[in-house]
Amino acid sequence: MFKSIYKYLSDIFNGVKTLLTGMKITGYYFFHPKEIITQQYPENRETLKMFDMFRGEVVLIHDENNEHRCTGCSACEIACPNGTIEIISDKAIDPETGKSKKVIDKFVYHLQMCTMCNLCILACPTDAIKMAQTFEHAVYDRSTLTKVLNKPGSKIMAGVKE
Amino acid sequence: MSNIFSLISDKEKQSTSSATETQEYFVNMGPQHPSTHGVLRLLLTLDGEIIRKVEPHIGYIHRSIEKMCEKDSYQQIVHLTDRMDYLSCHINNEAVCLAVEKGLQLEVPDRVKYIRTIISELTRLSSHQLWWGVMGMDLGAITTFLYGFRDREQIIDIFEETCGARLTMNYNVPGGVMFDIHPNFQKRTKDFLKYFKEKLPEYDELLTGNVIFTERTKDIGYLSKEDAISYGVTGPSGRASGFSCDVRKKDPYSAYDRVDFKEIIRTDCDSYGRYKVRIAEMYESLHIIEQLIDNIPEGDFKAKTKAVIKLPPGEYYQRVETARGELGVYIISDNKKSPYRVKFRSPGFSNLFALDTMAKGYKIADLVAMMSTLDLVIPDIDR
Ligand code: SF4
Ligand code: SF4
Repeated sequence: MFKSIYKYLSDIFNGVKTLLTGMKITGYYFFHPKEIITQQYPENRETLKMFDMFRGEVVLIHDENNEHRCTGCSACEIACPNGTIEIISDKAIDPETGKSKKVIDKFVYHLQMCTMCNLCILACPTDAIKMAQTFEHAVYDRSTLTKVLNKPGSKIMAGVKE
Repeated sequence: MSNIFSLISDKEKQSTSSATETQEYFVNMGPQHPSTHGVLRLLLTLDGEIIRKVEPHIGYIHRSIEKMCEKDSYQQIVHLTDRMDYLSCHINNEAVCLAVEKGLQLEVPDRVKYIRTIISELTRLSSHQLWWGVMGMDLGAITTFLYGFRDREQIIDIFEETCGARLTMNYNVPGGVMFDIHPNFQKRTKDFLKYFKEKLPEYDELLTGNVIFTERTKDIGYLSKEDAISYGVTGPSGRASGFSCDVRKKDPYSAYDRVDFKEIIRTDCDSYGRYKVRIAEMYESLHIIEQLIDNIPEGDFKAKTKAVIKLPPGEYYQRVETARGELGVYIISDNKKSPYRVKFRSPGFSNLFALDTMAKGYKIADLVAMMSTLDLVIPDIDR
């Protein structure tokens, strides 16, 4: 009888003790708000910077003269596992040699299908594409996610060969 | 008078006996249930609060990854495995790459082995941290969820800097890794080790000793060693039933044969045992990373492979230890650029089907705790 009461009380006492141990940690952080690492997004949009390696979306690199390095070889299209990239190519006359050669008409990129696997970037022989660090991809209309990556009027850089 | 009394008492007797006579009934748990952590449907046969039978119905998130592999090249398969058990994505990638390398009979550079092992262990740690947080939350303690995520964030940052993505990293390629490690990688990892060594005892203080937690996990969800073996329960769940099944020890791959670590085996066979195994594994993972992080050898981060990989005809099997158990990758090749057939033996699938044996006879409220300690990831079960 006495033993069972003793056990009952000690159980309660031990239970409360273990609860307090947990509370101690919560209390510690309550009084040390500096150790909390919450980020106030989107308020910190200006200062928020992703790592350089971060894969946000595929972009075609253009220089200041609106020139890119894509030869339209379709290596990225073949490397892509889910048909995200469509290269629509065209024929143009090379001004130097006078022969007709392949150029891109449209570099179509379906962001909604991209899994950011980086295989296209690895496949490109001329390093024409790279991953951008953007991450806010939410849109109201799904069709706006299909993009043409070569800017209007852009052309291939001189000297870039397939 | 006496007659009437006897009548009433007879009637009362009847009514009480019919009230205690119970009927089994069915309850659907899921597919939209917060504690199944995904679209899992359990058909429960209950007798009052007592569980008589648990019948998992799966297939709600089936994406036919195995079939998709049959049209993809060997490089492309890797990124699909990210979407199976997304919490051990790096380890899944590694499994496919190891199987392909086996087929090519390609020896990867030592540097690759070290990098893969370190990142695998970081993945395991981050998975266990998330599991710990979610386990607390399933039992009603939201605090643990936030603490688990706080520490996981540090690892995710390491991944983001080196691999380029936070979750579906696709960092492995057949023959090596995609890029070399970032110059900050070693420093960041060492900072994390120091940080997490201080924080890990907090986990114990917050949850392990807690009276509510122990009452809800101790002697709950008993799974004997025989049952664990016959169901093929692997990983921490199997080891808590005394089943020694750590692939890292039994069939070492990458750099696991060069490090010293303990296989955690407990014989409690209950939810609490499964919890303790994972906590102890976190210490072991830290210990493994510590041994490797300063000794990453110089060299290439990728062995040379052809642009189009064709495996010689044959069958290749590779197993690895993910955070949930044994993942097997089985590739049949017919000398084309895509495999003829790929089969994944996923740990979650086998672990889930032990739930019936485990839960029989316990209360329905304990089912959530049992599922938590099995650490189920539903896309891994359905694939
Ligand atoms: S990142 Fe992957 S999915 Fe996206 S376009 Fe490149 S290859 Fe295709
Ligand atoms: S982006 Fe690169 S791989 Fe793709 S078509 Fe252009 S040059 Fe070829």
